[in-house]
Amino acid sequence: MTDFFSTYVWPALIILGQSVLFLVVLLVLIAYILLADRKIWAAVQLRRGPNVVGPWGLFQSFADLLKFVLKEPVVPASSDKIVFLLAPLIAVTLALATFAVIPVANGWVIADINIGVLYVFAISSLEVYGVIMGGWASNSKYAFLGALRSAAQMVSYEVSIGFVIVTVLLCVGSLNLTDIVISQSAGLGTMIGLPNSFLDWHWLSLFPMFIVFFISALAETNRPPFDLPEAESELVAGFMVEYGSTPYMMFMLGEYAAITLMCCLTTILFLGGWLPPFDFVPFTWVPGVIWFVLKAGLVFFMFAMVKAFVPRYRYDQLMRLGWKVFLPLSLAMVVIVAFVLQISGWGAPGA
Amino acid sequence: MLGLQALFFYIFAFIAVGGALMVVLARNPVHSVLFLILTFVAAAGLFLLAGAEFLALILIVVYVGAVAILFLFVVMMLDLDFGQMKKGALKYAPFGLIIGLVLLAELIIAGTGSAYHPELAKATALPMQPLYEMSNIRALGSVLYTRYILFFQLAGLILFVAMVGAIVLTLRHKQGLKRQSIPAQVARNPATAIEIRKVESGRGI
Repeated sequence: MTDFFSTYVWPALIILGQSVLFLVVLLVLIAYILLADRKIWAAVQLRRGPNVVGPWGLFQSFADLLKFVLKEPVVPASSDKIVFLLAPLIAVTLALATFAVIPVANGWVIADINIGVLYVFAISSLEVYGVIMGGWASNSKYAFLGALRSAAQMVSYEVSIGFVIVTVLLCVGSLNLTDIVISQSAGLGTMIGLPNSFLDWHWLSLFPMFIVFFISALAETNRPPFDLPEAESELVAGFMVEYGSTPYMMFMLGEYAAITLMCCLTTILFLGGWLPPFDFVPFTWVPGVIWFVLKAGLVFFMFAMVKAFVPRYRYDQLMRLGWKVFLPLSLAMVVIVAFVLQISGWGAPGA
Repeated sequence: MLGLQALFFYIFAFIAVGGALMVVLARNPVHSVLFLILTFVAAAGLFLLAGAEFLALILIVVYVGAVAILFLFVVMMLDLDFGQMKKGALKYAPFGLIIGLVLLAELIIAGTGSAYHPELAKATALPMQPLYEMSNIRALGSVLYTRYILFFQLAGLILFVAMVGAIVLTLRHKQGLKRQSIPAQVARNPATAIEIRKVESGRGI
């Protein structure tokens, strides 16, 4: 009996505790990311943004949560009810499940699996189902058009995201997210005499891919300027048009969780994860998790600024960018990176 | 871990079989595709239990994340008459049964043949390194890109030809269609885009 307890029950309880702690912190962070998004957007347009609930509007997201939860959920009569209610659940569950493999500091990860990148990629490729199921089950023209757009868009940009990830993996030689971060402590910066600095990270050595990944991440998470699935000027609210109350909130939560995930993934793949930007004293004192959050926050700031600056793409332009620009570019980059690694012998040991 | 593994095996196997049954039995074709996706995910779970984590995730990325989405796309777009389609379904049942039996027989022969004739195992499969020595991806890559590189490339070529063929069959060049040319737009400048005319008053251009 004690054997059973120590092999099954105890580890399960530890994982459960870690997951709950991580989820609570993550959800609170997402609440503030949502607020930051609105505040940045407002600041660019010289508005104040939400500033009524709490000091500087800090509790706005929680007030919104209450508002959504207390409203009556309306299910359209001619909708496919099970799929209609399943869609937001799928969106939010998948977006949160991906965080299980994200290392926020050295060793601070719930599941340190060997195929972490592939897991993230697989789950984020499933996220389109929330959108497409919701759009179809609503039994509405606007919602359906939004769902079809999003299906084509997300599938297209996944291809270039996949190739960008392959270029990083070629340099690292491992699919473990922790290994990917650790491998960035030596790189271009070490060669030019600045070891363990921000010049070592992959954003510099794989520069065009950093940009391609950032733009593809915008498209993959349906952020403006690629928010065609919910383009409010033509499709009202796209696939979410029939949703209200808690299901709507779950869609929003799933969307922002996916955005946060993409910020974390950019940080891990290109910005050195939890590594400090310089290898001397005031910077090395700061704990890794702070660096991670700061870097992910910087990436999110760029996401928010893009939303504020850039007008929405037309749909054919979006497809052109994905298939005619990013796909050849990233494919060529995979060949070039593999070639350079093979010729120069910089490749990971044993690869 | 054996008990837990067996439990998860039965859970995934039950979901896979139940999902596959519902693919055939569901009234609505969109529901059928959704059950097909459920079956794929359960199969990925079975792969995970077998220690083939790379195959499991590739199954999700390729089949669930791309192929099934296009499936769903097509099924949603087509205005299908569900009743009409179901009518003749039973006619094909014996045919489906035969295909299933052939597949089952092939699996049994391939899986257990080497037990009866040990020399068969040498002819068919390369000895696989134990998983604790080599990661899944490395093991797969070291076989696929060395010993079977020709077959691998040929398979890719066949898919490529099929894709080109499909595009050629469906491509139509419409006449009189306006297309956006990004280089032409970028190359425009005030000198080429604007023409300044002196207009006499009261005459118009």
